[in-house]
Amino acid sequence: MSNIRLENITKKFKEVTALNDVSFSIKDGEFFVLLGPTGAGKTTTLRLIAGLEKQDVGHIHFDGELVDELPPAERDVAFVFQQYSLYPSMSVYDNLAFPLRSPMRQTPEAEIRMRVQSAAEKLRITHLLERKTGKLSGGEMQRVSIGRAIVREPRVFLMDEPLSNLDAKLRESLRVELKHIQKTQNSTTVFVTHDQIEALTMADRIAVLDEGHILQIGTPFDIYDRPATTAVAQLVGTPKINLLPAVRQNGHLLIESSTLKLQLSDDVSLPEAVSTGIRPENVEIMSDGQFSGKVALIEPLGVETIIHIRIGEQTLISIVPGTTNLRIDEDVRFNIAVNHLHFFEQNSGVRLN
Amino acid sequence: MATIELKQVEKKFGDSFAVKPLDLTINSGEFIVLLGPSGCGKTTTLRMISGLEAVTSGNILFDGKDVTWLHPSARDIAFVFQFFALYSHLSVRDNIAFPLQAQGMSREDIKKRVAEVADMLKIEHVLNARPGGLSGGDQQRVALARALVRKPAAFLMDEPLGALDAEFRESMRAEIKRLHIDQHATTVYVTHDQIEAMAMGDRIVVMSNAVVQQADTPTEVYNNPSNLFVARFIGSPGMNLIEGHYADGTINLPGDNRYSVPSGWRSVLETQLASDRRVIVGFRPEAVQVDGTGEINSTNYATDLHGGYTMLHLQLDPDTIVHARAGRDMRYQLSETVRFTLKPDMVRFFHPETEMALKQNGMKN
Amino acid sequence: MAAQSSSSFTPVNYSTRVDKVGTRPMVANLMRAIIAVMLVCLTLIPVVWMGMTAFKPLKDAITVPPKVFFTPSLEGFVNLLTQRRQLNGAELDQFRQRTDLNWADQIALQQQQQIIGQSQFVSQLINSLIIAVTSTVLSVLFAVLAAYAFSRFHIPGKDDLLFFILSQRMLPAVVVTVPIFLMYRQVGLYDTHLGMILLYTSFNLSFAVWLLKGFIDEIPTEYEEAALVDGYTRLQAFRKIVLPQAMTGIAATTVFSFIFSWNEFAFALMLTQDKARTAPPQIPLILGSGGVEWSTIAAGSMAFLIPVVIVTFAQWRHLLRGVTFGAIRKG
Repeated sequence: MSNIRLENITKKFKEVTALNDVSFSIKDGEFFVLLGPTGAGKTTTLRLIAGLEKQDVGHIHFDGELVDELPPAERDVAFVFQQYSLYPSMSVYDNLAFPLRSPMRQTPEAEIRMRVQSAAEKLRITHLLERKTGKLSGGEMQRVSIGRAIVREPRVFLMDEPLSNLDAKLRESLRVELKHIQKTQNSTTVFVTHDQIEALTMADRIAVLDEGHILQIGTPFDIYDRPATTAVAQLVGTPKINLLPAVRQNGHLLIESSTLKLQLSDDVSLPEAVSTGIRPENVEIMSDGQFSGKVALIEPLGVETIIHIRIGEQTLISIVPGTTNLRIDEDVRFNIAVNHLHFFEQNSGVRLN
Repeated sequence: MATIELKQVEKKFGDSFAVKPLDLTINSGEFIVLLGPSGCGKTTTLRMISGLEAVTSGNILFDGKDVTWLHPSARDIAFVFQFFALYSHLSVRDNIAFPLQAQGMSREDIKKRVAEVADMLKIEHVLNARPGGLSGGDQQRVALARALVRKPAAFLMDEPLGALDAEFRESMRAEIKRLHIDQHATTVYVTHDQIEAMAMGDRIVVMSNAVVQQADTPTEVYNNPSNLFVARFIGSPGMNLIEGHYADGTINLPGDNRYSVPSGWRSVLETQLASDRRVIVGFRPEAVQVDGTGEINSTNYATDLHGGYTMLHLQLDPDTIVHARAGRDMRYQLSETVRFTLKPDMVRFFHPETEMALKQNGMKN
Repeated sequence: MAAQSSSSFTPVNYSTRVDKVGTRPMVANLMRAIIAVMLVCLTLIPVVWMGMTAFKPLKDAITVPPKVFFTPSLEGFVNLLTQRRQLNGAELDQFRQRTDLNWADQIALQQQQQIIGQSQFVSQLINSLIIAVTSTVLSVLFAVLAAYAFSRFHIPGKDDLLFFILSQRMLPAVVVTVPIFLMYRQVGLYDTHLGMILLYTSFNLSFAVWLLKGFIDEIPTEYEEAALVDGYTRLQAFRKIVLPQAMTGIAATTVFSFIFSWNEFAFALMLTQDKARTAPPQIPLILGSGGVEWSTIAAGSMAFLIPVVIVTFAQWRHLLRGVTFGAIRKG
């Protein structure tokens, strides 16, 4: 297993800049997630690490050793694709054995058998070994793809949205298994996704990318609790963070076009106008709450209920555990956890507190 | 607005059932969600209501009137498709006006009505644009406007949010629901997304393998699933379902665990289980209470942050993992021992052969 | 995505309402079966008739009304494949007493003839085989490599090059035969196997590149990239991963190329004389002396048809998928 360092990487495709002067390090044994919307540059980053693309500027190091000039085969990385990386004409066993039989490794067949068996057991696909991959379900295919990475015992695992083509239930269970396998093997893993739940639940650290730039790098707690920009704040968390324009007025914060007036603690210094972020779980509905509004919509999700509260022209989204007795258009009182507020500069969206 | 009744409606393709005989009454003004995995028959049911698909047998009634063999255009319904089905050569305004022109409405009235729905959906600013250039969310708003403009007897929607990006989906979900609250139009909505179904439906009709598994309010479907399929399908993750043996008020669970059955359930288990005493215990992740003295013993398989809370994945034995919802500060090492109890009022029991939920006296159904 | 979805208007489909009308499916199926059988007969009759004629004795082939039942004979094939001379009266008697004659000699004797050697048709068939097989193998080989390069690599002026390649196929054969004839005579390729192989290969290549590029485009690049990361070189990945998956396309291309080379008439007529002459220009010349020998012509046609049938059926498994999926969809 290895640590990886990317140094001032820039990559252009014709006129389009996919990555612009990106630098970061991935620690040995870390589960590192690249999170961002389509076109953010996360898959390009992964392909650069694999050597499937070459950067225009900058350097990539594995364990301090420069790998810029190494072809993919010599970097000793394993790549799990979103789909289409199993060879349909081969059996599952041969697919798993394929990397071990490469001219670079030429592993003896007895050892191949051992390693394929052990990987198959970890992923619960032993019963599939003799099957042709064309006949597998989506979930089984992706297990085999992951298995093919595991047999190699490479320096780094690179995974490009491996769960995104699976249905929701399968995604949930494979997510947990993948995380468990990574933790037991302590393998350095770089995982690309656009799904914030995957990033939060699996990562040791997350790098949030947008338009070829890194917006923030941190643990899931850092990203969720202290988003660096409004874009990061809106990207993570369901339901989405409430983001409301506000103006400061002698120690209070007035949410524009609303009846909301928040007491500020003395230690925050803010400009005149800010964007205020309030996570839905920090809007607490209680009968003696300080603020009031009107229930606009109730979305019961079973485990919790989303309540849309009209406050003047604005809507505030709150989430409460379990079910609710509230009714649509009813008046509701609530509190806001002031010490969990997020403040952002109104134009740039950069975090202020 | 119409009441829609399905009476023993079925659909066969060759010898296989797409929908087995189905009875369902959709009340006037109700928002009904047909929920299930792909191929369960939900879309076929919707298409039979619309008349786009002929029934093999059975009857469909709108407000008591038999419409089984009426042409779709004679049923006074509006259909919203997953892929918007907008006419790309017409402006947004003409797209919305299209159904009214078909009815031969006067120009003035059309103009007035289009302006009304455009205001309702906040798409006035794109009325002169072509649909091709709009965002996914706006395209679906235009599609909704085209459905709304006619004031039909019922709205039929086939996964209208399925083609949208995640970021639009959440807000469009709320918009459609709010629109329904304001309009109170009878709506039949098809989706495979259980969160969407829970959030939007007045009632959810859960389908699988061409059969209705349960039709009830979201809360009821969530808390009292009628069988194992519904228990697994609803919730993310679904209900924890663990098989064990019942004996003398306790159930043996994997990993040498014993679970004391709440007293109210003991007589139910004693009378309703088969002679082998096998039973499936079901509980939602939020029913788990981590407790150092809890009677169930597990090891931590994985722990993950979901933003506002943490999900613990606890292993009873190598094949049994329990998902437990916990406070966000709960953190455990890999393979660390975790003991827990279950909240007694949130535990359900299922028959392993019939896969049906066991019912206490006084419970619904 | 937006543009795509707006144009994908879902057509309203009423076709399923037909099942209410309730035609009895048994009757409908029977009617369908009858029509299908009739169509099959209509298309097969000429082929069957040709096959029958090939096995008729010479005189049975020209009777009016035509005979449907006859005693099969190999007269047509013997006449096709041999050179014979007419025997005079004395020789006839002598031959009739000989016991060392094989079955072919016997058939010739019935026509009062003696076999004196192979006919030219045999060597022409062999020429056809050599030229068609070699040019097919070469064009498919080069085309796979070219198509892979066009599909996967960034090549400057790719679109222009592809058009240029296709343009090779645009001039009708008759237009270019004369210049090629003059050039070939100059460089000594006239009436040689090599000349014909080069010509057919270059002709097939343009079409083969286009066809195969379509198939290879459809193979996701992830397959090769996975192999690259797994420790294989580009060429190994191509051989182990791309080639097996391109088999459908290769099969279809092989069949099309072979059929072209095998059937080609105009070039063969102009550019060969006897050494390298192929079968197609010769078949119309089989007409024997003293009346049309229909059995011999049918036998020649049969012999000419068989290799195409063999090649096509050898690739059948790949071809069915290939022709319906790749070729048509990619156009």
